[in-house]
Amino acid sequence: MDLNRLSIKDAAAGLRRGEWTSRQLTEACLAAAEKNRPKTMAFIALDAPRALAAASAADARLKDKRPLSELDGIPLGIKDNIMEAGVPTTASSVILKGHVAAYDATVIRKLKACGAVCLGKTNMDEFAMGSSTESSCYGPTRNPWDVSKVPGGSSGGSAVAVAEGSALGALGTDTGGSIRQPAALCGVVGLKPTYGRVSRYGLIAMASSLDQAGPLTRTVDDAALILRAIEGRDQLDSTSVDLRPEWAVPEKNPESLKGLRVGVPKEYFAAGLDAGVAEAVKKAIAELEKAGAQIKEISLPHTDYALAVYYVLMPSEVSANLARFDGMRYGARVPGGSLEQTYRKSRGQGFGKEARRRIMLGTYALSSGYYDAYYLKALKVRRLISNDFFQAFTEVDCIVGPTSPVTAWGIGEKADDPLSMYLADIYTVSVNVAGLPAVSVPCGLAAGLPVGLQIIGRHFDEKTVLAVAAAYEKRVGWPSPPKV
Amino acid sequence: MKLTLEEVEHIAALARLELSEDERAAFQKQLSSILEYVEKLKAVDTEGVEPMSHSIEIGNVLRRDEVAGCDAATRQRLIDAFPAKEGDQLKVDAVFS
Repeated sequence: MDLNRLSIKDAAAGLRRGEWTSRQLTEACLAAAEKNRPKTMAFIALDAPRALAAASAADARLKDKRPLSELDGIPLGIKDNIMEAGVPTTASSVILKGHVAAYDATVIRKLKACGAVCLGKTNMDEFAMGSSTESSCYGPTRNPWDVSKVPGGSSGGSAVAVAEGSALGALGTDTGGSIRQPAALCGVVGLKPTYGRVSRYGLIAMASSLDQAGPLTRTVDDAALILRAIEGRDQLDSTSVDLRPEWAVPEKNPESLKGLRVGVPKEYFAAGLDAGVAEAVKKAIAELEKAGAQIKEISLPHTDYALAVYYVLMPSEVSANLARFDGMRYGARVPGGSLEQTYRKSRGQGFGKEARRRIMLGTYALSSGYYDAYYLKALKVRRLISNDFFQAFTEVDCIVGPTSPVTAWGIGEKADDPLSMYLADIYTVSVNVAGLPAVSVPCGLAAGLPVGLQIIGRHFDEKTVLAVAAAYEKRVGWPSPPKV
Repeated sequence: MKLTLEEVEHIAALARLELSEDERAAFQKQLSSILEYVEKLKAVDTEGVEPMSHSIEIGNVLRRDEVAGCDAATRQRLIDAFPAKEGDQLKVDAVFS
């Protein structure tokens, strides 16, 4: 048996039965990560001694029959923009190369308290800006289904680690699709929680009104398991909220989807959608109907404006958040003779092209004379997009469609055309704009590459979103793993 | 919306970014095409629509402004991350010179 290919649930059950140890699981993941590194590079830094020490400590607890949680002893990959004390955390950027995090992000503190084993940091687009994991300063991560293709992004390393068996699960972050889109392109499950459900403390911020951390896993149950471990209000993040009991994600999902109303937005099947993706997604929707769901066509009339809203709001927030990287307190400092020249050289040389492009865009949108036309206008259209969802959720209980309009594309194919790269996020960004929970679940292949089904829910209704994903997964079985 | 090279340099100065000449030209083209794309928002009627800066309803969170401190290891990691220092103190360029 390949221990690195187990689901978290199965791995945890075997740990309790004494069939294997956390050390064996961890060694199997580390070996797969090392072996695949030259081909896919899911991880940019592995910390074997630290991971093995954590695994041994978990084994001692398991032997005493006193595990800390179901995640005790489970090896996970962590995206490089999530701080882990004493471990290099660089957001895959030159400006933070070699930077060692001073403290744990709240999600890391919680995972450690559950006994989870952190294997190392996974590759990502620089500062989570990108949809292909090509803008990393360490070089691109490659898709294990076809190494000439991108894995999606920005959490491409986390998606690949889970797909290829270098980790049993992983954490990513999602600002406009960065968990769901790579999950779709690599054939794994990716969950973006409702804004405010998971603390953002200790994430290297990209766009603070849109960012959320969440799990990438092989099964829907595993995603729920990690969500339960990391969620909850945190004093250190004033935008995190107290969770009501009715928002809890249960251990067991309902047997059927009988009575559930599932909306299919007609705007999500318009021009630009790959025919193979459309076919796979339509087949998946037919499966949901067989599972008892009632399928209804709905309309989200402002869909066409979501990407434009996102590409005003996100860069604006980016330009403010990345102002802290000035070469003074941490990161690389390039002396320039005067304070202003030191700022300009440190930032000019430390940030990659995409980060600078977005900082420039945001600075422009917020600058004197343009604020009303761009930023304020985008905030107003944001409300209209959000209202579309509220309106739809009076008629249906969740919304389904494709996660990405296309399957994985070739490395370098969209490198010189940022706008065409941005269009890959067309179905995912509106979910962040409205702060909703959404999961991407593998729904078959198109021309040999994975396709993702996106399920979007009401605020804090991860329960329904995951129940629908689990019902689908149960009907179609386990997605076959790629061979690297 | 076509940006001029001067505008690109003005934005770069506001954002404290050093750009090479080639980058200025590339950004002029790319930023113009992105701005052209987002111009489509102009077509949306937003008369009477309240701007929405946050997706869920939350209010301000208040607390006492008190120094909490941190443990010695965290403090040391913060100091170790300084790009330049003298002893335990962060060294920066002069603000007034």
